[in-house]
Amino acid sequence: MTEDFTISQTLDQKGLLCPLPIINTSKEIAKLSSGQILKVVATDPGAPMDFEGWAHTTGNILLDSAVEDNSPKTFIFHIQKK
Amino acid sequence: MINLTNQSDNNGIQKKRLILVVSKGTIDMLYPALVLATTAPAMGMTCDMYFTFWGLKVLTKDGVNSVKIAPVGNPGMPMPNIVGVIPGMTKMASTMMKSKIEKFWPNIYEMIKMAKDSGVKLHACSPTMGFMDIKEENLIPEVDDIVGASAFLSWASEPDALTLFI
Repeated sequence: MTEDFTISQTLDQKGLLCPLPIINTSKEIAKLSSGQILKVVATDPGAPMDFEGWAHTTGNILLDSAVEDNSPKTFIFHIQKK
Repeated sequence: MINLTNQSDNNGIQKKRLILVVSKGTIDMLYPALVLATTAPAMGMTCDMYFTFWGLKVLTKDGVNSVKIAPVGNPGMPMPNIVGVIPGMTKMASTMMKSKIEKFWPNIYEMIKMAKDSGVKLHACSPTMGFMDIKEENLIPEVDDIVGASAFLSWASEPDALTLFI
């Protein structure tokens, strides 16, 4: 859970619903170079499955997916650009 | 590998193509189509939206900012049909629905622009333009072209095409 990543960029998507967190993540990841890590914070309850599906389809690596807070439920994702 | 950053196929790999037939022009029918369309480029897919029948109204200058929801004959709405028929109810229901949705999502025209900016193609159905008396100059500038059924079927026949009728 407390793995150390060298995070290149952080994207706050709290309060946004599908598909905005994925669209914004995709735009942000496009700005990074291969191997760099993007941290995304989201509250959309569908986000864990959506990020998993997005990473699977696009080939970017979802390093981890964790629940950070429960009120409201907040998720943290670390994505490594392929 | 799919190139996320643009629509080109420089890497030589055929992208998956999402084709949406948008046949209804109400808020509850347009958002699901636009959500899928705006997500497709983020997933490395190309997307074509084919607007036909009532769906085409949203591509007109008058229609794009006056999209409504039908409170009558729509069992999903929390309003009895007998109340829904009262004059002004469609407008009221639409305003309420929009104010709820727009807390989370851009409005319909903004969604169309978002889709367009990320490379989604917007196609207007030519026979619908004929019988609904929609002229080319009435279409919003985001429309790519005017096509008929055979263009749609030829795209839908591609092995990498995924087609949904909404």
